[in-house]
Amino acid sequence: MTFLEYAPAPESTAILNLKPEYGLFIGNEFVAAEGESFSTISPATEKEIARVANASPADVDRAVAAARKAYDKTWSKLSGRDRGKYLFRIARLVQERARELAVAESLDNGKPIKESRDVDVPLVAAWFFYYAGWADKLDYAGLGGNPRSLGVAAQVIPWNFPLLMLAWKIAPALAAGNTVVLKPAETTPLTALLFAEIVQQADLPAGVVNIITGAGETGRALVNHPDVDKVAFTGSTDVGRQIARSTAGSGKKVTLELGGKAANIVFDDAPIDQAVEGIVNGIFFNQGHVCCAGSRLLVQENIHDDVVDRLKSRLSTLRLGDPLDKNTDIGAINSAEQLQRIRELSDIGEAEGAELWTAECAIPENGFWFAPTIFDNVSTSSRIAREEIFGPVLSVLTFRTPAEAIAKANNTPYGLSAGIWSDKGSRILAVADKLRAGVIWANTFNRFDPASPFGGYKESGYGREGGRHGLAAYLKGAK
Amino acid sequence: MSHIAVPKTYKLFIGGAFPRSESGRTYEVSTPKGAFLANAAKASRKDARDAIVAARGAVSGWSGATAYNRGQVLYRVAEVLEGRRAQFEDEIVRQEGVSASAARAQVDEAIDRWVWYAGWTDKFTQVAGNANPVAGPYFNLTVPEPTGVVAIIAPQDSSLLGLVSAVAPALVSGNAVVVVASEAYPLSAITLAEVLATSDLPKGVVNVLTGSPAEIAPWLASHADVNALDLVGAAALDWIDLEIAAADTLKRVYPPENGADAASPSLARITAFTETKTVWHTKALI
Amino acid sequence: MTIERAVSPAQRAIQVLGDDLTETTLKRYLEGIPGIDAVGLEQRAAGLGTRSIKTTSKAWALDKIIELIDLTTLEGADTPGKVRSLVAKALLPDPSDLSTPRVAAVCVYGDMVPYAVDALGAAHSAGTDDGVNVAAVATAFPSGRASLAVKLADTSDAVAAGADEIDMVIDRGAFLSGRFGQVFDEIVAVKEACRRADGSYAHLKVILETGELNTYDNVRRASWLAILAGGDFIKTSTGKVAPAATLPVTLSMLEVVRDWHRLTGEKIGVKPAGGIRSSKDAIKYVVTVAETVGEEWLQPHLFRFGASSLLNDVLLQRQKMKTGHYSGADYVTID
Repeated sequence: MTFLEYAPAPESTAILNLKPEYGLFIGNEFVAAEGESFSTISPATEKEIARVANASPADVDRAVAAARKAYDKTWSKLSGRDRGKYLFRIARLVQERARELAVAESLDNGKPIKESRDVDVPLVAAWFFYYAGWADKLDYAGLGGNPRSLGVAAQVIPWNFPLLMLAWKIAPALAAGNTVVLKPAETTPLTALLFAEIVQQADLPAGVVNIITGAGETGRALVNHPDVDKVAFTGSTDVGRQIARSTAGSGKKVTLELGGKAANIVFDDAPIDQAVEGIVNGIFFNQGHVCCAGSRLLVQENIHDDVVDRLKSRLSTLRLGDPLDKNTDIGAINSAEQLQRIRELSDIGEAEGAELWTAECAIPENGFWFAPTIFDNVSTSSRIAREEIFGPVLSVLTFRTPAEAIAKANNTPYGLSAGIWSDKGSRILAVADKLRAGVIWANTFNRFDPASPFGGYKESGYGREGGRHGLAAYLKGAK
Repeated sequence: MSHIAVPKTYKLFIGGAFPRSESGRTYEVSTPKGAFLANAAKASRKDARDAIVAARGAVSGWSGATAYNRGQVLYRVAEVLEGRRAQFEDEIVRQEGVSASAARAQVDEAIDRWVWYAGWTDKFTQVAGNANPVAGPYFNLTVPEPTGVVAIIAPQDSSLLGLVSAVAPALVSGNAVVVVASEAYPLSAITLAEVLATSDLPKGVVNVLTGSPAEIAPWLASHADVNALDLVGAAALDWIDLEIAAADTLKRVYPPENGADAASPSLARITAFTETKTVWHTKALI
Repeated sequence: MTIERAVSPAQRAIQVLGDDLTETTLKRYLEGIPGIDAVGLEQRAAGLGTRSIKTTSKAWALDKIIELIDLTTLEGADTPGKVRSLVAKALLPDPSDLSTPRVAAVCVYGDMVPYAVDALGAAHSAGTDDGVNVAAVATAFPSGRASLAVKLADTSDAVAAGADEIDMVIDRGAFLSGRFGQVFDEIVAVKEACRRADGSYAHLKVILETGELNTYDNVRRASWLAILAGGDFIKTSTGKVAPAATLPVTLSMLEVVRDWHRLTGEKIGVKPAGGIRSSKDAIKYVVTVAETVGEEWLQPHLFRFGASSLLNDVLLQRQKMKTGHYSGADYVTID
């Protein structure tokens, strides 16, 4: 064995205290659902982790009713200061149980423990901390003279950052004075259910946070429920469109955080080694299951060969495998379905004539895996340059001038994020000015912070999460 | 011998010019008592399409102008409007059938609102944007930017004030606008267009369509090159269908507002037509 | 205004820059090298530091670290007795465990070289990899503030006394004031002073003193300069200035060495020195080397740790891995 084949460094699952079956979390208790339960599995081993409830429309009714009751009787009557103190408690509990949450997240989602431990869970705590402090300062938020909560928020979140997306939804909603009914994604319910335990430990008034597991039907019932005042959705652009249609005219405030096809623009004066890291981080972090992934590399033509060379070398030390091994860089693809989609689009890429290159990885026998892949010589008219793959697949395109880079970067119905790599400050600022994207990273990528607003232009959705702006989604009269 | 009046022809305002509708159609505008006032152009879907093209073409110049410059232009509009107020008051009296003093009050308020919004161009960014204290070595700034092309169904029961209240805030950040005027009271909208055309406002920044909102609105709602749809004056239309159509391209849609408070001045009206951009930049000494 | 003067025609420099080797062409070349974003570099280094090296990998790494140590004493108070004690430790790091490998070299001041050579006796490898080398600091270490004549004499004395390796310092003042040609010429001259009567050369390590160069871009340029001028190793620090070696700085130097190898096929060595006291830290460097230039560089002729107290911490870790319980200071020897 060579040194680089590092000895196994497994994170123990002994820290977990999972139940074999979970009910719905409504009114501060786990209650049985009407519908049949379903299984959540580890995408790395395909083994069942636990069974969770499938909320029926009647179950959704119960949850919304609990949220409404809590809003009317308790939460809307509490001062901002008191709401904040509950959120601070939650933040602290997340920190206390951080390791447990990270292990559960990696187990259920498939992402490397290194990421859930160092990125996801710390950000979850930070998000609650940040919004806890806003609860009693809404008057200062610049969002209107008399900011008031909306009422009950319906929140549907995706599977790629399960606990983090939960934090992005629940923290600002509660800070602004709303109560919530949240549905985690069908393949990643686990950390949401552990979060429900934290809600109990924080002694949050019953019904302020309700968590109902289920699939598409549950989500639809929740979003379309007549007694919901606000809808917040993160997921695919297609479903976002459906929600925009189904809530039209309902008076519900809607925010959507949808897909993207971000351009990572590397100029010839970029700090090359850090740009290569940024490209790798941009598309292979979280197995590329990131809405803001830098899935299009726009590299200045005169350094194309050098950059692609370096990229391929760099990928040779990426380790794909057991998400619970501390040295794993690339974990499992979240589901068989997603793996199939990635494969299909990858096949299309090949058929379109792009040059395929895949990192050499030992693929485990069980589980869902896709080795980091680069498509070179992709053109702007290729499908793999336009459609979101949501996997560890990078499309490489070139440009000659800054104006061309901007034009290519903007030439998409999406507009979530972008990256700019250059040593020239004036150019970075000018390019940042012109890119039609809600989040722009200069000489870095995939940075997140509760103080920093996140969201898209155009078909990547509307509304922002994080920062002062993240409160607007949950207050009356704020836009 | 008494002077024979030269009646005004009311055409559309697209790309800085006053074309008739490409369909050749017009419709009668009358006083509340039914007396003939004028034939206004009846815009077609192709006019709407041309207006959007003109608006899109104007976005880069208008949004690329300095905030100061935009403020000066909007203030100039107020100046010219003030100078021509008599004509506006006269038109309001004849269209809406209200008293001279009511018309005067409406023009006063329209001018004042225009001045108010002019003063926001170089300030709203300071209020709506901010630095973000992220936990790392980054300079992080959030700024609002214009969303691009805004299609507006203006309040239908007001000839001037409603239109001004809907259009002015969208212009503050640098958007270009295609507005469908009040169907019953379209004349002030075109006279306002004359003011806009002589106020250094670049062509295509505001485009005014007169005619049937019910006919035109669906084309605006479904057009993929429109970024936001303001249905402030669309209460009488099947506006929910419009919102559904707009959802295809995830346009930002704002629902109808009714009553005297419709489109009342606010910062929210400005930021409604902006996108929020956050930029991270590494910060390092060595 | 740079005077258009020719710099010494070091072979590598000619290969890369061509025959027109002047202060200007050298400066343009160095300044044309892509810059470094410190935030990204430090994040990459921190990421490499999260590798979890356990069980068999850890055992391998600990042994490897010992094999790569230049066991060092560089004090004004050094005496023959001190040097003899150091050498004894170098030869027998852990008397309670004879399977412990030997270090790569001992590193001493030039005037202590004879005592080191004497104390090593038959174990002096005289330039080969089996045995322990003698490395001498030279060129008015650590400041480098002396005339060229003095610096060259310092070098040749140490070589004559039996040093296998010379750790020179660059003129940081000259570098920071933009006199790249002068820095270049001095390295070329020192390399020549490493020449022995039989035509062989002592190995030359070029200390950049990264703490004084301050910016990563300066470290990058100085690394390229040192290689172009003929250095066999680039070394971070004298250990007398803080900050000494850091993981990000070492990473940036490994990247230069990697790029030089891509460009020419030639392999240059890297030596971080000073401030690496714990096994935990040293393992991070081992990981960084392996993942940046490859495992091949984890050999004494391509990588060294300039350290003194590191050795004992590694021995304590080795003892824990062997016995299963934590060890203590009484179970490792002082040097």
